[in-house]
Amino acid sequence: MSAADAVLRPDTAGAILPDRGGLWGHLSDAFWRKPKLLLFLMLLPPVLWLGIVYLGSLFALLLQSFFSIDEFSGMINREFTLKTYAELLKPSNLDIILRTVTMAALVTLASAVVAFPIAYYAARYARGKWKALFYLGVMLPLWSSYLVKIYAWKLILAKEGILTWFFEKVHLQWLIDAWLSLPIVGGNSLSVSFTGTFIVFVYVWLPFMILPIQASLERVPGNLIEASSDLGANPAQTFRNVLFPLALPGIVAGSIFTFSLTLGDYIIPQIIGTSRLFIGQAVYAHQGTAGNIPLAAAFTVVPIVVMGFYLWGAKRMGAFDAL
Amino acid sequence: MTPAVSFKQVSRHFGSVRAVDAVDLDIGAGEFFAMLGPSGSGKTTCLRLIAGFEQPTSGRIEIFGERAEGVPPYRRNVNTVFQDYALFPHLNVLDNVAYGLMVKGIGKAERHREAETALELVKLPGYGARRPSQLSGGQRQRVALARALVNRPKVLLLDEPLGALDLKLRENMQEELKSLQKSLGITFVFVTHDQGEALSMANRIAVFDHGRIMQVGSPEDIYQRPNSRFVADFVGSSNVLPPDFVARHGGARRWASLRPEAVRIVDGEAGASGARGLEATVVSHSYLGGTTRLGLDVEGQRINALLPAGQPLPAEGQPVRVGFAPSDLHLMEEGG
Repeated sequence: MSAADAVLRPDTAGAILPDRGGLWGHLSDAFWRKPKLLLFLMLLPPVLWLGIVYLGSLFALLLQSFFSIDEFSGMINREFTLKTYAELLKPSNLDIILRTVTMAALVTLASAVVAFPIAYYAARYARGKWKALFYLGVMLPLWSSYLVKIYAWKLILAKEGILTWFFEKVHLQWLIDAWLSLPIVGGNSLSVSFTGTFIVFVYVWLPFMILPIQASLERVPGNLIEASSDLGANPAQTFRNVLFPLALPGIVAGSIFTFSLTLGDYIIPQIIGTSRLFIGQAVYAHQGTAGNIPLAAAFTVVPIVVMGFYLWGAKRMGAFDAL
Repeated sequence: MTPAVSFKQVSRHFGSVRAVDAVDLDIGAGEFFAMLGPSGSGKTTCLRLIAGFEQPTSGRIEIFGERAEGVPPYRRNVNTVFQDYALFPHLNVLDNVAYGLMVKGIGKAERHREAETALELVKLPGYGARRPSQLSGGQRQRVALARALVNRPKVLLLDEPLGALDLKLRENMQEELKSLQKSLGITFVFVTHDQGEALSMANRIAVFDHGRIMQVGSPEDIYQRPNSRFVADFVGSSNVLPPDFVARHGGARRWASLRPEAVRIVDGEAGASGARGLEATVVSHSYLGGTTRLGLDVEGQRINALLPAGQPLPAEGQPVRVGFAPSDLHLMEEGG
């Protein structure tokens, strides 16, 4: 009898295989019969984590923001009040909020503009090792410490840094000087100006914008681009009418990252930029040295509310229609 | 008269692959022209060369007498119905159909009116508000057709337009496409690997293989008088007979094709049409509904016969006598 005969011979076992027995055998059968049970068990830990640890602490935070601080004793007065929120509207605090939101919006916009061509190249042209190189290039900066990158940027942007050196070599130093002499965005050097803060924010958050856009472009079939061109649309029209609307969910997803990360960050503006505060720094200061937990909590609510409005607006504009 | 599309020694090479190799082709204005061939034969590349998605490596392409090399797709008055329709998922049906008019800057009211007319033409009136994802395959196909036709193209290109539809729908669409083409008078060029589709729809067919055109002609030409073994074999599973066999049975020493429906089972005594028939053995049976295909072994040569339903069928392994009229033996140009 040849080996093939042995393999092809009808099995002597019955049509139904016996129970495998044991704990795992019974569990497998039970889960197969009740797939929802398995789903429940798998989802339980993350739901507990997100639901209790995360949402619970968020709720505790919200609660804190409705308390107030006694200005004489520095003790927290645990009575419901909107006094702390009214404090947010003081010109100095409103300044911080407006500055942060403006910075977050500009960083988001710039990230999207810089990220799109990279994501487009990766989604439509990069294949094989070029694609691997793309992922490596985008992710590599995330592997090194955030602080190291920011201090590296501080050196790059400093007055005696490499950027100044380069601009001097190509006789364009006057360009940096002219920019630094502008109000608001200017300053003594790039590393102590809002321009520097902006550049570093864009650099640090860029991967979070590139990857979602790349993922959304990846799902746009190439023949839609051809169809648009076939129907008479030039490349600019194809971008406006097909590519951009279909990439919009990715852009919105990326902007959620860049926007909210900028709203909450307190390290970058502290190391690179002016002495004027951003929301993150205000939160840090109020909950730490000042011990004003209610105001810190109220400041934290601002990004949440801003993000809420942002997502609501994005949905109204149809950003998620193509999902 | 100027041909609608004219290829002169057109080649398109991808690296060392000759997708289209020195093709000469004239497609007349108002023709329903089919490009037929197996996958990888270059027919789709030819279509993409006309649409402008590909540029020829060498040679010249003219569309209604105008040079088309280097002209981008959006400047060609040619529209395509894509194989998988390529409808825009973020637009509703009406905006999909009106897309071509929109990018040309035609006002909303007018382009929506024209799009609605185009939807009526493809028998989908009132479907404008739906999303492509809410339509069936056949309906998407019609929307893709309307989206192309609304631009009043000089040439309409169809890339395997019916490939994804089921049989019944495909037959309906074949007839509709034919009558649509007749009433609009637009030149249709369609690509297919389905010989039945090409034979039933086209006025003229080009059979492709390995980037070259093997034969161009009317469906009758292609089917009855194939010029090569490849065409005979590809168009309608013809029996391709080697020179030796042909010489023994009343032909010249050349390759020949024999249609399976021309092969008959004959009674030994009857000797219809002068021939007493050849000895053969039935090797296989395939029931096809209206007909049955018999695989026969004739003197070591495999020959298929197509018998109409209702005829008594010999069993597998049974010796029979088969015959065919010598006039059905079509000699091909190609030598041995």
